[in-house]
Amino acid sequence: GPLSERPLMEVRLGELHTWISTCNFSPQGLLGAVQRAWSSYCAKYIHVKQGGPAGISMLLAGSCLLSYGWNYQHFKRHRWRKYH
Amino acid sequence: MNLSFFDQFSSPSILGIPLILIATVFPALLLPSLGNRWITNRLSTLQLWSINLITKQLMIPLNKKGHKWALILASLMMFLLLINLLGLLPYTFTPTTQLSMNLALAFPLWLATLLTGLRNQPSASLGHLLPEGTPTPLIPALILIETTSLLIRPLALGVRLTANLTAGHLLIQLISTATVALFSTMPMISILTLLVLFLLTILEVAVAMIQAYVFVLLLSLYLQENI
Repeated sequence: GPLSERPLMEVRLGELHTWISTCNFSPQGLLGAVQRAWSSYCAKYIHVKQGGPAGISMLLAGSCLLSYGWNYQHFKRHRWRKYH
Repeated sequence: MNLSFFDQFSSPSILGIPLILIATVFPALLLPSLGNRWITNRLSTLQLWSINLITKQLMIPLNKKGHKWALILASLMMFLLLINLLGLLPYTFTPTTQLSMNLALAFPLWLATLLTGLRNQPSASLGHLLPEGTPTPLIPALILIETTSLLIRPLALGVRLTANLTAGHLLIQLISTATVALFSTMPMISILTLLVLFLLTILEVAVAMIQAYVFVLLLSLYLQENI
């Protein structure tokens, strides 16, 4: 279909910057994008008849990574500290 | 900059956005909202089963009027359970280690039970201040003691949760620091310490679940006395 209506996974690398220019970057547009991403993640991994631990584990791993990034300033000097 | 072992409990923030906000809201993402299907996915079934179990356990001793509290007690239980368990993952922040948050949960709920009792059945509520069968000379002292014990309940609820979780996290950090520090000099002692760390982690998982349950159970007990 036309470039602006294709989801991100079906956009080729060369047309990426054109696709980004057609994106809606208003607050409603961003909120809609977050909503769509969340519901497609849920539909793919969680709302499945025989889901496994994978769906939740990816969320937990993501939260670990996020907390790592949030705390980075605190422990970037951990290796050189004498007392922790 | 002075470092202490308590630095892991300071609320981190990036660009002024504190992590505690995200850490408090994140458990809600892990509970999928139930649609209008009869048989849902495995995660929703697990969630339904656990909420049923918790609600039945809490509501059995309560009379009909107390069943109005089912929603808040069950959701409080799931909230605390998830937050405590998520805090055991590496690098995550546990909001319930902050005394401010636990007191903010305990104080209004305890006050609500107290005011419900005082409003609907004032003499029965006040009667709880004097256990049956006390010898007459002891009555004034016992009333003072029971009033103190009543007023200290919210503090106890909040501090119990905070202290248990904080102590657990601190122990884990101390023992893992010891394991890493000992590894270069005495590897055998380091392996022993690692074993202690494994056992401690199992204990921490149990404590996380038990403390959430105790918090909500005590609140339901206070409700039982007053409703």
